[in-house]
Amino acid sequence: MKNKSLVSINDFTREEHVRILELAGAFENRPKQKILEDFVVATLFFEPSTRTRLSFESAATRLGARVIGFTDASSSSVQKGESLRDTILTVSNYCDIIVMRHPKEGSARFASEVAKVPIINAGDGANQHPTQTLLDLYSIMKTQGTLDNLNVAFVGDLKYGRTVHSLVMALCNYNTTFHLVSPLELKLPSSVKLSIKERNLEYHQYTDLQEVIPKVDILYMTRIQKERFSDPLDYEKVKNAYVLRNNMLGDSRSNLKILHPLPRVNEITTDVDDNPKAYYFTQALNGVYVRQAILCAILGVVD
Amino acid sequence: MEKEDIRKELKVSAIENGTVIDHIPSQSVFLVMKILNLTKYPDQLLFGNNLDSRKMGKKGIIKVSNKFFQSDEINKIALVAPTATLIIIKNFQVVEKKKVRIPDFADNIVKCFNPNCITNNEDIPTKFTVINKKDLKLHCHYCEKITARENITFLE
Repeated sequence: MKNKSLVSINDFTREEHVRILELAGAFENRPKQKILEDFVVATLFFEPSTRTRLSFESAATRLGARVIGFTDASSSSVQKGESLRDTILTVSNYCDIIVMRHPKEGSARFASEVAKVPIINAGDGANQHPTQTLLDLYSIMKTQGTLDNLNVAFVGDLKYGRTVHSLVMALCNYNTTFHLVSPLELKLPSSVKLSIKERNLEYHQYTDLQEVIPKVDILYMTRIQKERFSDPLDYEKVKNAYVLRNNMLGDSRSNLKILHPLPRVNEITTDVDDNPKAYYFTQALNGVYVRQAILCAILGVVD
Repeated sequence: MEKEDIRKELKVSAIENGTVIDHIPSQSVFLVMKILNLTKYPDQLLFGNNLDSRKMGKKGIIKVSNKFFQSDEINKIALVAPTATLIIIKNFQVVEKKKVRIPDFADNIVKCFNPNCITNNEDIPTKFTVINKKDLKLHCHYCEKITARENITFLE
């Protein structure tokens, strides 16, 4: 993986995914190691994403790396009209690796083609966010002891949610049975369903959340955004249909864990937080270990 | 040669050596010339447009003297002119006739239909993989979205 950019989840093979998860486990045991002291990590956030940026900066700083960068485009030369190409070419002189978030789809792929250093995509518009997918895989692996043969439910906005698309595609490598719960307007796009079908995997679609809960090992919740609906009335009809409450978990499996990419608004009520099956905040912590693993693998300080 | 061809040959004179690109949809003639970089071609270039065609109603034709295209070069025009026929002429004689074939890749010919794609927001050449030749579906190398036949527009 040394010097390889991570733009799309499919840029890394299944074996490389497994290696990242192993490394993340090692960092979970020893998160503070000064093994990146000789490195400079640039975090270029062309649009703000506090959570992702802090997670990366925490990962880099705990390993002793120096972090430089900007937190949104208005405080950078982009505002003066500099092209993405010029920004990337310039910044790659100053650092060993670039972590970038950009509002336009394909920006990270382009950056990886012009940069002299590897690029980690921290989200390019609605396209890809591979480090989120890897931390989701890590969370599933850690809580279930395996990635193979699991029943995974995805709930909420399956049409626009980029985390859902990438995770579904990654899980297609592990003989997953998919349970897809969404309003009719927000069903999983056929292009993503095609990846499930190509692997001859089983999937079921539902509009009701309650009936799926007893069937699954992982419940992956997402937020339904009002602006996705052309008719506000359609939103009003479904907005409360995909809310998870603690009293709905009575029949759930003992190994069930609830995941959410965060931020949460109201789709998981706060009374779920104290249930041991709630895992979303630990999932965010796992993000730091996974990003430590990715930085080290790409910078070549671990094999 | 068919009668139609003979009539047409009268409208656009014959060439001694080179390539004739026939059966081009009328609206695509100038695009084809642009894609093949013929607008600055230094040798003899003859073309006709909106000519009567029994097969197509109206069609265009381009005759390029002393030019023999590589197949990956010529196949680029299949995206705009899937009906086109290539006729290789040597010494005023037809030596070969073939249909254009849709290529596996399309570089900097088509616009990505996704307005949020980086190629529509910065000065970046587009790059596609043709994932379906029958229904014409192009997978954008950058934003990873699919541009289908009904959404295809060509770069200016």
